[in-house]
Amino acid sequence: MLELANISVSYGFISALKDVSLNVDEGEIVALIGSNGAGKSTLINTCAGLVRPGGGEIRLRDRALLKTPSYKRAELGIAVVPENRRLFGEMSVRDNLCLGAFSRSSMGRMPDLKQDIEMVFALFPRLAERQSQRAMTMSGGEQQMLAIGRALMSRPQIILMDEPSIGLAPKIVARIFEVIRQLREQGKTILLAEQNAAASLRIADRAYVLELGRITMQGKASELWEQDKIRKLYLGENKT
Amino acid sequence: MITDLAQILITTLTVGSMYALVAVGVSLIYSATGVINFAQGEFVMISGMTVAGLYGQLGWPLAPAIGVALVAVLLYGALLMVLTTGLARRTSLIGVLIITIGASIATSGTAARIWDSDTHRFAPFSGDAPFWVFGATVTPQALWIIGVSTVCVAGLIWFMRSTMVGKAMRACSLDKSAATMVGIPVQATVMVSFLLSGLLGGVGGIVTTPLTTVDAYSGMLLAIKGFSAAMLGGMGSIVGALLGALLIAFIETVTVTFGSSALKELPTFTAIILVLLLLPRGIVGGRQEAGLQHEDLTKQ
Repeated sequence: MLELANISVSYGFISALKDVSLNVDEGEIVALIGSNGAGKSTLINTCAGLVRPGGGEIRLRDRALLKTPSYKRAELGIAVVPENRRLFGEMSVRDNLCLGAFSRSSMGRMPDLKQDIEMVFALFPRLAERQSQRAMTMSGGEQQMLAIGRALMSRPQIILMDEPSIGLAPKIVARIFEVIRQLREQGKTILLAEQNAAASLRIADRAYVLELGRITMQGKASELWEQDKIRKLYLGENKT
Repeated sequence: MITDLAQILITTLTVGSMYALVAVGVSLIYSATGVINFAQGEFVMISGMTVAGLYGQLGWPLAPAIGVALVAVLLYGALLMVLTTGLARRTSLIGVLIITIGASIATSGTAARIWDSDTHRFAPFSGDAPFWVFGATVTPQALWIIGVSTVCVAGLIWFMRSTMVGKAMRACSLDKSAATMVGIPVQATVMVSFLLSGLLGGVGGIVTTPLTTVDAYSGMLLAIKGFSAAMLGGMGSIVGALLGALLIAFIETVTVTFGSSALKELPTFTAIILVLLLLPRGIVGGRQEAGLQHEDLTKQ
């Protein structure tokens, strides 16, 4: 489905990703784990088209993406749940959801979104209660739910999630991961960048470990989970 | 007393409507790009001069003259967009701001070449005969100005709140990266902002010229008034720009009524300074402080 081949990114002289190759197959949850500054967000933003790599190629269903402007990637089926959610804070919950489906509109005309909005509300009943509230007035957990809901509105082929658990209370984190698992059961494909290695390895099929811009380990999530190194590296700090 | 009040009210509404069309345009471009467009008054000048030339002097019928004026402001809007976002991409925001001032001066100069430096006007749409409301003089053209401006600003507010393109424009002004990620072509929404801004100014020139007259150099002062109104109301907010414009018009009208027209600008700009000292984000701008604060979260 999504394939990165030898992607390198640098900001000036600082190299953020070195020769990263990774693939996500249809219907999988692939976790991308690494600590702060390992390059997770850079990788997600490169897929979204916000960062231009110095070398390598990205393919979505065998279609080369690097020359595609970022706003068109949404049309091709890439949805992003960005780091820190990046909601349209002054706009209502409902408007945020509608805008999530922007890539499905043509010449500013929207398709009927009723069904999609119902689907998001079924997943997050809380959003239904707050649909006319401004997004920025909601709690962090609710905002994260809205960010996921907004990504679902485009009926994406693949959802890229950047630290959906960051800054949230453990109970909310558990709820968010439960929803991600449900999405997979509905057949969604997800690339999940997380610091929370324990929780993400529990729900992922496969995982990559990113350290200082390089992939240092990869494999089945359950097998990586058994490795002492990962436990030592990430469990000390991230108890769930 | 009633007469004074009625006269102040009608004059405030008329002048305020004129400033509002400029202020809302300034605000629109600011939301889309972060640039304060000091060439905003040129839209008014270009359309006023065009209609004065074609309809007033050459004797064209009004409708085609208005059509040409609107096409002219749309083209000028597109040109400004290229100047401020395309060519100016490598300079700072201050640089772009100076480009808009330069564009304004160049446009006045060019207009003085194409036409002349004289004052122009054309016949009001529904005659000159005033009528009286509570003793206050009302010209039919004042009603045109108030009516057309109300329709334009109300239409714009509806467009921004209820249509998908309007929502996309608001989304871009709130967070360009997030807007891009949901598939909004940011450059296209910037273009729409410039064109809408141009149309507002253009309409302003068409309805106000019979009352206020126009000359090649009248754009700059209008732009400053529009900028002040937008700033006073809260930069980036349409409703704020409208309120700011009405407030400035009110202060000016009161000054002229009870004082002297030579002093017109003094209380206005004093009030602007006071408001901005007390409410740095303008009348309706305070709410922006409670934003999503992405940056704070990343520090955790």
